[in-house]
Amino acid sequence: MTDNTENTENAVGTKSTEPVERHSYDVVVIGAGGAGLRAAIEARHAGKRVAVISKSLFGKAHTVMAEGGAAAAMGNVNPKDNWQVHFRDTMRGGKFLNHFRMAELHAKEAPDRIWELETWGALFDRTKEGKISQRNFGGHEYPRLAHVGDRTGLELIRTLQQRVVALQQEDKASTGDYEANLRVFAETTIVRLLKDASGRIAGAVGYYRETGQFVVFEAPAVIMATGGIGRSYTVTSNSWEYTGDGHALALLAGAALVNMEFVQFHPTGMVWPPSVKGILVTESVRGDGGVLRNSEGKRFMFDYVPDVFRKQYAETEEEADRWYDDQENNRRPPELLPRDEVARSINSEVKAGRGTPNGGVFLDVSTRLPAEEIRRRLPSMYHQFKELADVDITAQPMEVGPTCHYVMGGIEVDPDTQGTVVPGLYAAGECSGGMHGSNRLGGNSLSDLLVFGRRAGLHAAEYIDGLGTAGKPAVAAADVDAALEEALAPLANADGENPYTLHHELQVTMNTLVGIIRKPEEVSEALTKLEEFKPRRTKVGAAGGRRFNPGWHVALDLRNMLIVSECVAKAALEREESRGGHTRDDHPAMSSKWRQINLICSLNEDGSGIDLKHQPIPTIRPDLLGLFEVSELQKYFTDEELTVLGDSAEPVAEAKPAGEAKPAAEPEVKSEPATESKAEAKSEPEAKPEAKTEPAPIPGQSNGEKAADTAADKVAEKSTEKSATAEAEEQTAQAEAEAQTEDAETAAEEK
Amino acid sequence: MGYKGKFKVWRGDASGGDLKDFEVEINEGEVVLDIIHRLQATQAPDMACRWNCKAGKCGSCSAEINGKPRLMCMTRMSTFEQDETVTVTPLRTFPVIKDLVTDVGFNYAKAREVKSFTPPKDLLPGEYRMQQIDVERSQEFRKCIECYLCQNTCHAVRDHEENKDNFSGPRYLMRVAELDMHPLDTADRKNSAQEEHGLGFCNITKCCTEVCPEHIRITDNALIPMKERVVDRKYDPLVWLGNKIRRRTSSDA
Amino acid sequence: MATDTIAPGPEAPAPLSPARAQIEQKTLRTDRWWLSPLLTMLVLVAFIFYATFRAFQNADYYTGNLISPFYSPCIATKCVPGSSLGGFKPFGDWWSISPALLILIFPLGFRMTCYYYRKAYYRAFWQSPPACAVAEPHGKYTGERRFPLILNNSHRYFFYAGLIFNTILSWDAILAFRNPAGQWGHMSVGTLVLIANAVLLWVYSLSCHSCRHIMGGKLKHFSKHPLRYKGWTLVSKLNHKHMLFAWVSLFGVALTDAYVALVANGTFSNPTFF
Repeated sequence: MTDNTENTENAVGTKSTEPVERHSYDVVVIGAGGAGLRAAIEARHAGKRVAVISKSLFGKAHTVMAEGGAAAAMGNVNPKDNWQVHFRDTMRGGKFLNHFRMAELHAKEAPDRIWELETWGALFDRTKEGKISQRNFGGHEYPRLAHVGDRTGLELIRTLQQRVVALQQEDKASTGDYEANLRVFAETTIVRLLKDASGRIAGAVGYYRETGQFVVFEAPAVIMATGGIGRSYTVTSNSWEYTGDGHALALLAGAALVNMEFVQFHPTGMVWPPSVKGILVTESVRGDGGVLRNSEGKRFMFDYVPDVFRKQYAETEEEADRWYDDQENNRRPPELLPRDEVARSINSEVKAGRGTPNGGVFLDVSTRLPAEEIRRRLPSMYHQFKELADVDITAQPMEVGPTCHYVMGGIEVDPDTQGTVVPGLYAAGECSGGMHGSNRLGGNSLSDLLVFGRRAGLHAAEYIDGLGTAGKPAVAAADVDAALEEALAPLANADGENPYTLHHELQVTMNTLVGIIRKPEEVSEALTKLEEFKPRRTKVGAAGGRRFNPGWHVALDLRNMLIVSECVAKAALEREESRGGHTRDDHPAMSSKWRQINLICSLNEDGSGIDLKHQPIPTIRPDLLGLFEVSELQKYFTDEELTVLGDSAEPVAEAKPAGEAKPAAEPEVKSEPATESKAEAKSEPEAKPEAKTEPAPIPGQSNGEKAADTAADKVAEKSTEKSATAEAEEQTAQAEAEAQTEDAETAAEEK
Repeated sequence: MGYKGKFKVWRGDASGGDLKDFEVEINEGEVVLDIIHRLQATQAPDMACRWNCKAGKCGSCSAEINGKPRLMCMTRMSTFEQDETVTVTPLRTFPVIKDLVTDVGFNYAKAREVKSFTPPKDLLPGEYRMQQIDVERSQEFRKCIECYLCQNTCHAVRDHEENKDNFSGPRYLMRVAELDMHPLDTADRKNSAQEEHGLGFCNITKCCTEVCPEHIRITDNALIPMKERVVDRKYDPLVWLGNKIRRRTSSDA
Repeated sequence: MATDTIAPGPEAPAPLSPARAQIEQKTLRTDRWWLSPLLTMLVLVAFIFYATFRAFQNADYYTGNLISPFYSPCIATKCVPGSSLGGFKPFGDWWSISPALLILIFPLGFRMTCYYYRKAYYRAFWQSPPACAVAEPHGKYTGERRFPLILNNSHRYFFYAGLIFNTILSWDAILAFRNPAGQWGHMSVGTLVLIANAVLLWVYSLSCHSCRHIMGGKLKHFSKHPLRYKGWTLVSKLNHKHMLFAWVSLFGVALTDAYVALVANGTFSNPTFF
């Protein structure tokens, strides 16, 4: 009920003469996208007072850009789907670099998170039986994506936003104040996290974009949910907010980043007009018959089919064209290769001088389908090109090229609690790392937000409960002073370098030197440039006042972009293999040895740069490994690693649900993400509404659960790095998750 | 390909301001937002404007371009003559913060006043069953990107500040309609639409529909149907009588 | 037309919040935003003049087989012989002025309360607003919350009445398959005119927002009422073009009346097909 706001000078005891507003909360969530809002809602459910910090207006987060859907193995369309299948797809998509536990939790909990949205008012598209409809997507074995047309992200953010409002209405009813327990600070940017003397999180300091006034949040727990880093690239599907704030703030506060070299480039972004360069052109265009041509009119993808895929892809245009109508007897067109393959191929064509004048290739659907059919199947693409590019895709080809889309790497977190190595600091969503391994499957980001957003909120609340009353960390006044001084520097230096210029140079550097294909000499060059940028960054100036001054905002964001770019470049130089979102020109193959290694970035001692270290990847529990065919695993793992499987392979294999046993044939194609086009998967017989019997998955699931139990215990015993509390937390979390899964099962049985 | 174009941008804050002239390079295929960004990068680094997605999906870059409420990212420069001066001003209906940025808090305040989705109490997550044809109407309204162009354009508040207290504006009346048409919402929304949210202020002059960048048919599909539902409840003697009788019968039973 | 509840003309607009961006111009629109309300006003004024003249003229509305829609049904004793519907004349000799005035309130009311015409006249006549993002000249605005504009909520009753009128006018079109002597089996240009008028009126009425609501719009679950859903879908399609139908049917009524008048006063004879 109390606002806990003080507006007096030196309210936090700083030496600065700057007036600083002060707020005290239990949990501060930085970021108001899907993950942030879900975390805030959960912490509020747990009875905590929560502040949500949003860099933009409330409800404008980048989550709205997600089109396809949210992956959750609800089995509404194909009852054979279950969490084990989803887990397998996710691991394959990430090429087994994923944190297995996150992939497991994600697959298990995603359906509950989606169903919960319905109780908050979400309106997904429906099946004939009235359940949530699910669509096919690249890399997902069954139709799995809950969706609303092609605006699922908007539905998600609006639903969470409206849930926040609903909770505020509850608080209004009980306390008379909408913002008693849950308040959104819109257009507020955090510049530093604050810690107490013992290294625990104590709060954060930031400024209101509107006024330029500073604000200090005192809070024992901070959840980072700031999204990605795409603004460091010229061509990106990301908005201005994606400056890697969460990554940088966490790093500066002592947390670590994991596998930052993995950046997903979507093969088809718009390249013209310049204003929309990078905006996504959905994968369905190719699934529905769109073909890629170079400036010579050649369907070049036939030249880029890697050997491992040769068996599954058509060799002639005639065969490829037949596939759309007869998928049984023909091989799929090479346009439907995995995202990374297509992105690389387009890149090569353009570099070889066979690109369009605007530096892309042609994606043509106009000669492939009747105009009416295009408008029916691809309504939003039709409008996107009509309104933004004045291109009629029913009559003209589109120009497309790869665009920076998503960062798989991120803040290293505990898979169960989303906690970092800094006590009280949590991370969820795109800014956290581990879940997606080296490559994310379409549809897994929206479910990731929900599953781990909730977990972060829950465990942040538990952490606070564990602190007791006396142990609340205190903000050090000197830290606030230092942060203010740093933030005000560009304003004091109005004649300094134009921050927009530096930003542009950074983008060009990252785009050309640490882009899709990485060459060690180029990445080294980028690192040299980044070192040059660092001193320039401290000298940029911002003309004008403090009130809503975009020049100043860019100047401040530059610090974060530089730190994150350094992480990406250093890790890209280090990892000598090609895997998912990281392609090394000099090491084009995947390496089983590198699969065992996570690259960890942390701030170096004097804070001037990044230290990079190797860290062994957590050992996948045998019961989870047992969900895969050994022949598939052999492509990713060393024989040594698979000996573990030798003993337990038999019983675990038995525990597999009968319904999802797969033929051993063609493991290669299944091992790749994004290979299953919508159209192909549609050819599978769809689940009949009458098929209510689901006997196989349930016993299978519970067996799997038991196996998971014992295995998890073993892992926990082996773990020596974890503190006792973290371990206890992990166990409660597991018990909880299992209890929930059981609940869900009972519910499913009752149905 | 490129040319020098003439721009007028309103610069100032609550204490005052005026239209400033700019001459700026304009290239093929650009939209108004690109030009504002170019002005920021080259001539006026502190020129304030909101934007996020640049693809018409987030609804941040609302402004008035040559007097018409529009998204800057969806207004192509090719729609203007090369010698035409393009005037960009902030949304008129809301207090200005600086330059093109206004305080849209009115909308967030109104959003809070709409009673939230109220599902049946005994329905568990995962048990929701709704038919596609039953959700489609509300789905159309959920396409809303909350750019507030409709709120800005509606003359009921644009020209009459004093009505802000009693009128929620098209976006939130549409929200009421969305919930009223939601197949599983149990709350009654007809009286509140008229009495709390000011549906009666709407004189269906359709400017909200005209400016909607998502092409939601706000007036035809949300506001008028809601008005008709209110007529059912408040202004239809037959229905009123029928309800009265039915209520009596059911209470007798 | 409805009375203006908005404080009229010269009164200065209420001061807007000083916190708004101070822009002097009432609008910065550079297009010809005034054209559409101006045309609307001119056409509506022309129609009002014509309709008023014809309604009071009390002549030239019946030709023996054709009746003007302004005078149908003709329910006064003093109606031209043969023009009344089945001899139904509840208004006796005491009603000495035009019989059109007895019935025109219904079609007029239907159009006055129509959701499309409301937009048209609020914009064109009251300038509230004249066009989007163009300031209205009034100091106060209360919308449709008070008398008399609250009466616009009665649209559905005029819609019901309109259905009765449409039925009568359809019957009039059937009666037009006679010759002026009353013998069946004939057809003339006038027959086509009356049929077209009736069809346009049906389409205009059935495409109306109230009809859409009654048909199914009021339902919460379409899936439980498949037939009404079909009806609603159909009406929704028509409703998309309600504005078009509103104008076309308005012209239709006026032209039909003019045709009957010209035939009735002998300006030209109604060409017959058979």
